[in-house]
Amino acid sequence: MANQALFRPQMTGPQPIAGQKIKKRASPLLTSSDGVFADRVFGWAILGCALIVLGILALIVWQLVSRSQLSWHAFGWKFFWGQDWDPVNDHYGALPFVYGTLVSSFLALIIAVPLAVGVGVFTTEMCPKWLRGPLSFTTELLAAIPSVIYGLWAIFVLVPVLRNYVQPFLARTLGWTGLFEGPPYGIGMLAAGIILAIMIIPIISSITREVLAVVPQHQREAVLALGATRSEMIRIGVLRNARAGIVGGIILGLGRALGETMAVTMVIGNRPEIAKSLFAPGYTMASVLANEFSEAAGDLYLSALIEIGLALFLVTIIVNALARFLVWSVTRGQPARARV
Amino acid sequence: MSEPTTSPASQKLELSLWRRLSDHLASAFAVGTVIIVLVPLVAIFGYLVYKGFGSLNWAFLTQTPKPPGEVGGGMANAIAGSMLILTIGSLLGVPLGIGAGIYLAEFGRNRFGDLIRFISDVLNGVPSIVIGIVAYAIVVLRQKHFSALAGGVALAIMMVPTITRTTEEMLLLVPNALREAAYGLGVPRWRTTLSITLRTATSGIITGVMLAFARVAGETAPLLFTAFGNQYWNWRLDQPTAALPLQIFTYAISPYDDWHRQAWAGALVLIILIVTAVAAVRFVVRRGTLGGVA
Repeated sequence: MANQALFRPQMTGPQPIAGQKIKKRASPLLTSSDGVFADRVFGWAILGCALIVLGILALIVWQLVSRSQLSWHAFGWKFFWGQDWDPVNDHYGALPFVYGTLVSSFLALIIAVPLAVGVGVFTTEMCPKWLRGPLSFTTELLAAIPSVIYGLWAIFVLVPVLRNYVQPFLARTLGWTGLFEGPPYGIGMLAAGIILAIMIIPIISSITREVLAVVPQHQREAVLALGATRSEMIRIGVLRNARAGIVGGIILGLGRALGETMAVTMVIGNRPEIAKSLFAPGYTMASVLANEFSEAAGDLYLSALIEIGLALFLVTIIVNALARFLVWSVTRGQPARARV
Repeated sequence: MSEPTTSPASQKLELSLWRRLSDHLASAFAVGTVIIVLVPLVAIFGYLVYKGFGSLNWAFLTQTPKPPGEVGGGMANAIAGSMLILTIGSLLGVPLGIGAGIYLAEFGRNRFGDLIRFISDVLNGVPSIVIGIVAYAIVVLRQKHFSALAGGVALAIMMVPTITRTTEEMLLLVPNALREAAYGLGVPRWRTTLSITLRTATSGIITGVMLAFARVAGETAPLLFTAFGNQYWNWRLDQPTAALPLQIFTYAISPYDDWHRQAWAGALVLIILIVTAVAAVRFVVRRGTLGGVA
C-alpha cells in the first residue's frame, strides 16, 4: 500500500474543520488508509498488552486454585489448624508455618515501625536541607540490596552477634517473660524478625516521608503559632494528619515481610514447631515453599505446598490493597483535616 | 500587631521543664533512629566489600564449581546463566510492560484502565515465591524439567507491573501540546505515540525498566524451582541453568568454608553487575540522542 502512495501523491492538503473527523491525511509518511489500518492494529496490540496483564493475574489465581484442590478436598479448613507436617505419612497441617510467618512479621513491625517513622520524621521535619538528599538516597539503597545478600550477611554477621552477645543478655534480663529462653542458637525467630525489620524499614520510611510531605505547611505554622514546641508541632500538626498514610506504609511493609523468602529461610532455622520462645527455630509459609517445593514427590504433598502458596497470595493481596487505599486516602484524597 | 501581654522572658519560663525536656527527647529519638538504621546499612556494605574483594579472584570468574568440599572453582557458569535468564525475562517483560503502560497513559482513562492499574499494583505485591510456583506450573510441568525459560518467565512476570506503572507515569508527564501538534500535522495516532510521546519519555521509561531489572536481578526465590541451578555450563533454554543468586544461596547455607568465601564473592559480583547495568544504561541515555525532554 505504501508503494501506491508514490504513484498517487496528494496534491491538495486537507481542509480541517473543527469538530469534523479528518478523512484525508496530508502526512508525507503514510496514506490515509495506512494510518487508519495501522492505528487499529496499534490499538489492538496495546490493548493486548493490557489484557495480558489482566491475564497474568487470572493465570496466577487459576493455577494456584486448581492445583491446590487435592489438598483442599483432603483437609479442608483443618489444613490451617493442623500442627503436624508429615510428608512421609502424607498428612499436612500448615499451622506452624502460619504461626511462623505471623510472628516473624509482627516482630519485624515492632522493631521497624518506631525506627522507620523516626527516620521519616527526621528527614522531613528536622534534617538540614543538604543532608536530606543523601539520607533518603542511603535509606533507599537498603531497598536495592537483594534479599539473598541480606540472608548471607545475617548468617555470617547478625547470627553470631545474636548468639554471643544479644541473646545471653536478653536471657539474663528478660528471661522471666518466657519469650527469651532456651539455648541461644543465634538462628531462630528473633534473627528472622530482625533481618525482616532491616528489610522493611526503607519501605515504611519512604512512605512516611511521602505522606508527611503532603501535610500542608499552614498546619505546622498554626500549631507553632499556638506556642507548641517542635516535638508537639510534629505530634499534633503533622503526625496526626498523616496518620492514615503512615499506617498504610506500615501495612505495605507488613505485606513485604509476609512474603519475604530468602533472607528468612536462611536464618529462621526451618523447623515446623510452635515455640513460645523467640530463640527457638521456626518456619514460615514462604520458606517451606523455598525448601520443599522442588523436592515434593507426591501429588498431595505438592498440592499442600501450593495451597500454602495460595494462602500467602491471598493474604498479601488483601494487605496490599488495604495499604494502597490508606496511602491514597492521604496523598490524593481530601486535604488533611485540622484536628488539633 | 498588638503588644504581647507578657515579656519574652516570662514566656520562656512558662515553657515548663517537662515540655522542653520532651522536645529534646523527641529530637534525640529521631536522630537516634537515623543512626540505628544506618548501622546495618554500613555494616552490610562494609562486609560485602571487605569479604567480597578478599575472596574474588580470577578462578572465581572463569571456572565452574568444584564438587562439594573441594577448594577452588568459581561461578562463571552462574554469572552467564543469570545473564541468560535475565535476557529472557527482559525480552518477555519489557515490551509487555511498556505496551501496558502506553495503554494506561493513552487509552486508559476508563473503568478498564483503573482495573489494569489496580491489577498491576496487586501484582507488584505478590510474593516472588508465589510467582515461582506459577512459572513452575505453566512451564516446568509442561516441559517436564526445570529450565532457563521457566526462570525467565518468572522474572518477566515480576518485571511487568513495575515497568507498566513507571511507563504510564512518564508518558503522562509528556505535555499534551506535543500530541496535539503531531495530530495537527496529520500524523496518525500510533506514529504519534511511538515517535513523539514514547520518544520524549524515553529516558524516564528506561529508568523504570532499569529499576525493574535491578529488582529481579537479585531475585532468588522464583528461580529455586524454575531455573533450579546447574553445576555445569548451559546455554540451552530448556535445560536447568545456574544463576548467581541461587549459587550464593546454596553456598551460604553449605557447611564448607571455601563455599562461604565464594558466596561473598558472588554477592559482590551480583551487586556490581546490578549497579553497572543501571549506571551504564543511564549513561548511554544521558549521552546519546535518546535523552528526552521530560
